[in-house]
Amino acid sequence: MKQPLEDQRTTVYKVDPEHPENRALPTLRTEEMMLNMGPQHPSTHGVLKVVLALEGERIVKATPVMGYLHRGVEKLAEDGTYHQFIPHTDRLDYICAMYNNFAYCRAVEKLVGITIPPRAEYLRTIVAEIQRIIGHQFWLGTQALDIGAMTVFFYTFRDREILLDFFDELCGARLTTSWYRIGGVERDFTPELIEKLRRFVDYFPPKIDEYVTFLETNRIWLSRTKGVAVISAEDAISFGLSGPTLRGSGVDYDLRKFEPYAAYGECDWSVPVGKNGDTYDRYWIRVEEMRQSLKMVKQLLEKLPDGPVMASVPSITLPPKDKVFNDLASMIQQFKLFSEGFKPPKGEIYCGTEAAKGELGFYIVSNGEGKPYRLKIRAPSFIHMGAFDYMAKGYMIADVVTIFGTYDIVMGECDR
Amino acid sequence: MHPVAERIQQVFPAGFQRAVEWRGDLAVQVSREHIHEICRYLHDNPDMDYDYIVHVSSVDWPDEAERFEVVYEVYSIRRRARIRVKTRVPEDDCIVDSMTNIWKGADFMEREVFDMMGIRFRNHPNLIRILMPDDYPEGYPLRKDFPLRGKGWRDTFSFIGEKN
Repeated sequence: MKQPLEDQRTTVYKVDPEHPENRALPTLRTEEMMLNMGPQHPSTHGVLKVVLALEGERIVKATPVMGYLHRGVEKLAEDGTYHQFIPHTDRLDYICAMYNNFAYCRAVEKLVGITIPPRAEYLRTIVAEIQRIIGHQFWLGTQALDIGAMTVFFYTFRDREILLDFFDELCGARLTTSWYRIGGVERDFTPELIEKLRRFVDYFPPKIDEYVTFLETNRIWLSRTKGVAVISAEDAISFGLSGPTLRGSGVDYDLRKFEPYAAYGECDWSVPVGKNGDTYDRYWIRVEEMRQSLKMVKQLLEKLPDGPVMASVPSITLPPKDKVFNDLASMIQQFKLFSEGFKPPKGEIYCGTEAAKGELGFYIVSNGEGKPYRLKIRAPSFIHMGAFDYMAKGYMIADVVTIFGTYDIVMGECDR
Repeated sequence: MHPVAERIQQVFPAGFQRAVEWRGDLAVQVSREHIHEICRYLHDNPDMDYDYIVHVSSVDWPDEAERFEVVYEVYSIRRRARIRVKTRVPEDDCIVDSMTNIWKGADFMEREVFDMMGIRFRNHPNLIRILMPDDYPEGYPLRKDFPLRGKGWRDTFSFIGEKN
C-alpha cells in the first residue's frame, strides 16, 4: 500500500539537524542513491530507461529517459502520400496495429470529408474490437508475468494466437496488418471467417473467467496490484491520461461513447469505470472491456449489412484490386493515387480514436498538396509517461514494474 | 461565430485574433502575449471547463513572418467540447508561456515541441530534449529546413564490402 512519503522519511531516515542525538538509526547512510533501470529491462516493453532517485528502497524521483525507439515517423509522414503512411502506423503500437490504421484512416477521412459504406463501418468496428481484445490479452499476460504471476501468460497467448490467425486469414499478416484503407477496408470477410468469429464469440467468455481465476486467487498478484500506482481523477485528467488508465480513476471518458464513430452507436454496450484508480481497477476494466468487445462483435456480426467495403470516390479511394489488372481506368487511378496522391483541401483537423491503450489522435495540417504538411500523433503511451514520476513517488523499486505495466505501455508508440 | 470563440473575443479583445470552424473543429488564433491568460480562463471558468489536455503541437511555416505556430488542443470532459488554441511566434524570438501550471500533462508535450521544433517555453520546469539525445547538435528535426535524411553524418559510416 502507498505510504505518505514524509512519514517514511521522518520516522526512519531523516535526521533533525538541531537534535542529531534523537536519530533513530545512527549508523544508517541517508544520502539518495541513483539507479538506472533500463534501457534493457524485460519489463519495459521496448527500450525505456528510468533514472530512479532512491532513499533506501523508496522512490524519491523517477525520471523517464525516452527516445531509444525514435524513428521520426512524423517527419517521414511529410515525405509520403496519405496512402503511403498507413504501413507506418502499424509500427507505432505494434501490438494493436489495426487500431492505429483505423485511427489514421478516420483522421484522413475527416480531412477529405468522405463517408464510408455501412458494411465497411461494421467490418472496421468488428476488427477494431478484436484488436482491442488482443491488446488486453497481451497486457494481461505480460503485466502478470512482469510481477511474478506466470501462468496466465500462457493462457492469454494461447487465445491471442487464435485471433492473430484470423488476421492472417483476413490480410496475410499477423501483426503489421495495414488492412484499413482510406475510404474503407482492403477486403471483405470470407463466409468461413465470419463462421469462425461466431464460434470464437462462444468460445472466449469461459476463457476470460479462467484468466480471472488465475489472478484473483493469487495473493501475491493481488497485493502487488491493489493500491499500487494510484492516481486521483483530478490529477489523471490534468495529466491527460486516457483509456483504461483514466477510467480506472472513475472518469467515464471514452471516445466511443462521447463522439460515437464507426458502428459503435449501433450496438448495446457499456463503459466499465473503476473507483480506486489503482492497478487492480485498471486490470478489472480491461477484463470487462474484453467482455464488452465480445458483446459488440456478437451484435455486429448479427446485423452485418451487405454492400461494398470501400467508398467509391475515384479521386481519393483505391480501386478494387481485381479491377486494377483488368480495367484501364482503374489502373490509372491506382497509379495516380500512389505516385502523386490525392489533394485534400487546405485546413487542419484533429481526430481522436479510442484505441486499446487510450486516445490515439492524429492532428493533420494540409496545405492542399498530395502530402501532409504536418502530421502529429497524439500517442497515449507518451502522455502516460508524463505522469510516471508523479505516480511512482513513494513506492518501492519493485513497484516500478507494476507502474510501467499499469499504462499498457508500448515504446514504439511512445517514441514514434 | 462559435459561442466559445465569441466569449473569448469579448473577454480578451486584445488577445483574440480569429476563429475558424472547419469539419466540426473549432480553432482560435490568439496573440502570444495573451495565450496563457486565455488558457487559464478556458481551464478555470466554470462555463468553459476545459480540463483535459489533448495535445500540444507545432507547425513550421518558413515563408511567413511569424514562422512557428504553437497549437494547444484541449477538451472539456463535462461539456464534451473541444477547442484548439493557436499562437504564432517569430523565428528569432520563439518563446511561449508554458501551460504546465494549468495542465500538468503539458510538461512532456511542451518538451516534445521544444525537442522537435526548437520553440522554448517560459516558466517550464524542465525544458530539455526528450526524444532526441540530450547532446544532439544538429538542430530541430521537424523544422522544414531539416533534411529528411539527416544532416549527413550517416555518410561518414563505412559499409561492409565498401573500399575506402
